[in-house]
Amino acid sequence: MDHEVKIRADKINFYYGKTQALKNIAIDIYSNKVTAFIGPSGCGKSTFIRLLNRMNDLIPGARVEGRILMDGKDINHAKMDVVDLRRRVGMVFQKPNPFPKTIYENMAYGLIINGIKDKSFIEQRVINSLKKAALFDDVKDRLHDSALMLSGGQQQRLCIARCLVVEPEVILFDEPCASLDPISTRKIEELILELKHDYTIVIVTHNMQQAARVSDHTAFMYLGELIEYDETEKIFTVPKEKMTEEYLSGKFG
Amino acid sequence: MIRFKEELYKWIFAVLALASLVFLVGIIITLFKESIPIFSHYSFFHLLFGTQWYPTFEPPEFGMFTLIFASVVVTLGSMLFCVPIGVGSALYIHEIASEKQRAFLKPIIEILAGIPSIIYGFFGMVIVAPLLQNVLDIPIGLCAFTASLVLGIMATPTVASLAEDALSFVPRSFREASLALGANRWQTLTKVIVPAAGSGISTAIILGMSRAVGETMTVLMVAGGAAVIPKSIFDPVRPMTSTIAAEMGEAVMGSTHFSALFAIGLILFLITLIINIIAEVISRRFRLKLGLGR
Repeated sequence: MDHEVKIRADKINFYYGKTQALKNIAIDIYSNKVTAFIGPSGCGKSTFIRLLNRMNDLIPGARVEGRILMDGKDINHAKMDVVDLRRRVGMVFQKPNPFPKTIYENMAYGLIINGIKDKSFIEQRVINSLKKAALFDDVKDRLHDSALMLSGGQQQRLCIARCLVVEPEVILFDEPCASLDPISTRKIEELILELKHDYTIVIVTHNMQQAARVSDHTAFMYLGELIEYDETEKIFTVPKEKMTEEYLSGKFG
Repeated sequence: MIRFKEELYKWIFAVLALASLVFLVGIIITLFKESIPIFSHYSFFHLLFGTQWYPTFEPPEFGMFTLIFASVVVTLGSMLFCVPIGVGSALYIHEIASEKQRAFLKPIIEILAGIPSIIYGFFGMVIVAPLLQNVLDIPIGLCAFTASLVLGIMATPTVASLAEDALSFVPRSFREASLALGANRWQTLTKVIVPAAGSGISTAIILGMSRAVGETMTVLMVAGGAAVIPKSIFDPVRPMTSTIAAEMGEAVMGSTHFSALFAIGLILFLITLIINIIAEVISRRFRLKLGLGR
């Protein structure tokens, strides 16, 4: 695995109060690749990716040990600007969460909060990002309608487009298709494969087939531990760990 | 036997549920019936816009404009106090307060809401009025301003507690989405959470207003009671509610005065009805907007 490392996690332990949710996780996430995290519910995969944009900061009593380096810099360092980190590391959530505003306002939000006022610049970025998320043709005639009028799949693509607007380097997908139908799911997967040319992508999924379809590398987690991490093809064909094999063949989960 | 029991329970609860409807209809009918005589003596326009309220003169005058105006002034005045304090407390409790502070502040507000209005009136009369009289150097402490202040304090818990509910109805996912895009806490609050809770907060304010408009005991005690159009907010006034409370005991049953008081009640009822309908409409829209259903 001789690729450029984008994010390096080193000996990560994570606690919710007294409960330890992650145990000694060490993993390299590569640039312009799709890295999938799989494992049964509660194994800590969502908890882990929420460390990468420090969303766990919001949880009272949460505590992290170990280092996460992005481009060689410790993201938990006191000097790290969380706001800037979150701009560089976008996130798409399990349930589509557009704001109760118009499609255009949803899209422009990320730019406006970053202090950008140039209207034509904003408009250009909004249109480009909608095109990148393959949503522009669906919504071009109703940019000023409420985003909540869109279907679930469209809302999720809007959320992806919304995070592209601020030009992140990494995009985290936290079970992005959990609430979508198969056709919408396929569209999101195609989009992910498209986006990896420009972004580093990390995806958490319950769906093993989805990991197999979209990812280059797969990490299998169980009870807060990283059991195995390798190229997706190897994980799915010749897993080294017995537990990985058992999970993939449906013996538990 | 079980079948019979089930039927019986169904009927008992149906009757109980129907009771509130019966009371409402009964009240409306009484208000109309008792106020009809006054409308046969004076024109509606005359009653509504007349500024002379001299029910015991010969001939008596029943111009209610002064009273309605006083109610409006005192209510709007109270909003000046309870909106900033109430919405501000809600924002603090929701956004800034620690878990411990919240566990302490919320019950405090509930307790404030449960204090009987006569105690507020007493407090206004004995403490606030003399204090304002001295500090602001005004001739009378019992005036529109004092009534607004005390009513405002009274309506604050209603506004604070409902506004806090509205804020907490905003799904956590909106906050996460905003923060994940690189917004700071302040931007998230002002650009996402408050706008999303906006109509809920409006409902809180309107219901606070409805509480202030219908409040009787406090205004009776602190508003001063003069049925004249005030020249400034430091003049005494006589809102609709305190007029009814003060005069109902003396009005001869079935007299025009008696009927005029019912007419005031009718107008008051219509005002609060309209306010509550507006609140209901807005809050329904709010719940739909956030996808909470009705």
